[in-house]
Amino acid sequence: MEALGLLLHGFGVLLTWKTMTLMMVGLILGIFVGVLPGLGGPNGVAILLPLTFTMDPTSAIVMLSCIYWGALFGGAITSILFNIPGEAWSVATTFDGYPMAQQGKAAEALTAAFTSSFIGSFAAVVLITFLAPGIASFALRFGPPEFFAVYLLTFCSFVGLGREAKHKTVISMSFGLLLAGVGLDTVSGQLRMTFGWSELYRGVNFLVAVIGLFGISEILLTMEERLALRGHSARISLRVVWQVWKSLPRYWVTLLRSAAIGCWLGITPGGAIAASFMGYNLAKRFAKDKESFGKGRIEGVFAPETAAHASGTAALLPMLALGIPGSGTAAILLGGLMVWGLNPGPLLFVEHKSFVWGLIASMYLGNVVGLVIVLTTVPFFAAILRVPFSAVAPMIVVSCAVGAYAIHNAMFDIWLMLVFGVVGYVFKKIGIPLAPFTLALVLGNRAEDAFRLSMIGAGGDLGVFWSNGLVGSITTLAIVLSFWPLISGGVDRITRVFSRA
Amino acid sequence: MPNGLRELGLLASALAGCALAAPAASAWEPNKSVEIVVAAGAGGASDQMARMMQAAIQKNNLMKQPMVVSLKGGASGAEALMYMKSNDGDAHKVLIAYSLIYMLPLSAKIPFNWRELTPVSVIALDQFVLWNNTTLPHKTVKEFVAAAKAANPPFKMGGTGSKREDHVLTVFMEKLTGAKFAYLPYRSGGEAATQLVGNHTASNVNNPSENLEVWRAGQVRALCVFDKERIEYKTKVTDTQSWNDIPTCREEGLDVQYLMLRAMFLPGKVTPDQTAFYIDLFRKLVQTGDFKDYMEKQALKPVFLTGADMVKFLEVDDKLNKDLMAEAGFVAN
Repeated sequence: MEALGLLLHGFGVLLTWKTMTLMMVGLILGIFVGVLPGLGGPNGVAILLPLTFTMDPTSAIVMLSCIYWGALFGGAITSILFNIPGEAWSVATTFDGYPMAQQGKAAEALTAAFTSSFIGSFAAVVLITFLAPGIASFALRFGPPEFFAVYLLTFCSFVGLGREAKHKTVISMSFGLLLAGVGLDTVSGQLRMTFGWSELYRGVNFLVAVIGLFGISEILLTMEERLALRGHSARISLRVVWQVWKSLPRYWVTLLRSAAIGCWLGITPGGAIAASFMGYNLAKRFAKDKESFGKGRIEGVFAPETAAHASGTAALLPMLALGIPGSGTAAILLGGLMVWGLNPGPLLFVEHKSFVWGLIASMYLGNVVGLVIVLTTVPFFAAILRVPFSAVAPMIVVSCAVGAYAIHNAMFDIWLMLVFGVVGYVFKKIGIPLAPFTLALVLGNRAEDAFRLSMIGAGGDLGVFWSNGLVGSITTLAIVLSFWPLISGGVDRITRVFSRA
Repeated sequence: MPNGLRELGLLASALAGCALAAPAASAWEPNKSVEIVVAAGAGGASDQMARMMQAAIQKNNLMKQPMVVSLKGGASGAEALMYMKSNDGDAHKVLIAYSLIYMLPLSAKIPFNWRELTPVSVIALDQFVLWNNTTLPHKTVKEFVAAAKAANPPFKMGGTGSKREDHVLTVFMEKLTGAKFAYLPYRSGGEAATQLVGNHTASNVNNPSENLEVWRAGQVRALCVFDKERIEYKTKVTDTQSWNDIPTCREEGLDVQYLMLRAMFLPGKVTPDQTAFYIDLFRKLVQTGDFKDYMEKQALKPVFLTGADMVKFLEVDDKLNKDLMAEAGFVAN
């Protein structure tokens, strides 16, 4: 119960007017940053970082982490209303969130997203509170083979559990993997597929692709349907919020599963995106009517949001305990810590107790206050849908372009975004799913590196993926998942034979 | 060849004293925010240094306009180099460079030459240290090398990037000792540090700053420093050791030396007034307490070079890196 005492101490550090005000300011700034597509958490935190140089470390981290929570909440808003994921891990939220908004259930979808974000983060914070020291050593067990196994698991769960035709998923994923190879290769130190073009050295940025594939292509599709007004009057009231909350207990299995996946993948660095996809796919796998997914099912919002936010929050743990940022925003926060003279590492928890526990306490408070703020502003955001499409569309295109430009301050990225817009439009027309493409683009590089490092280390022996219990069980699970339809079909047949006999 | 390595260290210390009186206050001043361009990812040594500079300049009021850190670590830093190259004449962008300016054009054939930029000042030299995991029994370089020679499969050496400083050092260790290593190029020094702690690699050759925290936590052991003399800082960092307690690799019979520059560059075609402003700014910066604290904490070697001295240093350093890369077989043809 030492953790509880320390946590109370943390709250004590926190409960002053000054820090509480900073917290509110941070949350509101964060929500705005999250709403603007492409700007996202990492950029927002980076822009506001210098404001905190003169503050004491605890106030500074409270404000910055609240910007982070705000951005996490805000990221869901554009995913649901405009089909533009504000952050990489909001992609899976668009699958059911956007259809819900089209059916006039924007308020339900937003409430569901915010509530499940809260639940996910809360689960992760509880985990951080009680398991901090032990978890750091768990994360240390991940070497290249283990990382590759996790990425393989994500890819395989997509192929095996995805709702689309398997060959289309594989085609889409292959395109993504191909594009992920563009740029300088870390393992060989050589340029690949850049064709002497210096803009391609840094590779194809994931966010640029996502903004184009989802945002621009959506605008193109809507235009084709003669500027159809998609957003019907979205009535918001406390009643809607209450109804969504009342339905929560029915989905407890989904919520619990997603929170667990999120915490696990957040702690193994770099897993927030994988978490949201895996949460979504598993929810669908275990649902009774799989067909209703992707057509506006509230569970399809709960599952990825809970997982993404559990992992987004849990990602702070390896950052604090090991100095490995689990997400882009965590990386910027890491830079901040160094400026304030704190070095993340195993000793941080010992030497800077009140800082660490102040931060953990601020995670609890920030999430509660954040939930209240976003819920009270839902009517405002949903009202955007009532503005005529012809007025909103140009604004969306402009903010997409600004977002794509802001990532690297590069004009080239705007052209790339437009190209991806056309690609997304064509893919949607011929029924090739976009999600495997984006997943492969974001994880392809890391998966390739992890695989090649494993091979260098093992002298080319594939047995390294079964060399210990941890990596062996993840790899086996991945292979089972990729052949899941065959296996479950086989199991069905066997049980049928037995029941007949 | 290691003789050539030694020259760099000598030259650096000889020139360290050359930082003479500053010219009078310059006429030019930035009229908008200044961008520090970092050729590495978030949290790496360059990023940390840039953020420290940003904070120190702001705290000590050294410049009226604000400074922003801009991370351009894409393509192992090539992104930053191309960015500087394409911004000729823009004196509101300043690059914090390291040895990638010599190495990347050679290994990856990036069309870049540091002579196209405007050198402002060398502000520090960074050390390399050979580290292993404390749970391994090898307490000295000799024991480590003997074990590495006997090891089958070979020991895994972690590092940052391929065909760069860490990789070059590994190749030279192989040449001198006859041991073979499986070199694993990670994306950042931080990752290489954690992988060493997790026993996924046997050793790495990280900069002091990259392994500082895990060293203090007693998770890694510092075997030797790749310089001709020991690091000067004598304050205890771990429970028992200061930076100065780490022997040099030469003392331990492994005659390999390498120091990495940390230097500031403006884009090409800026005016002498603009260069003078930044020379003055960085001269004031290196005298602040914030900067000095940082140097000691990260075990950086103090040096301040500008003008002709700096160019001379860069030319020698460039030749040295080129020879090393050629000997290691890392030059693309």
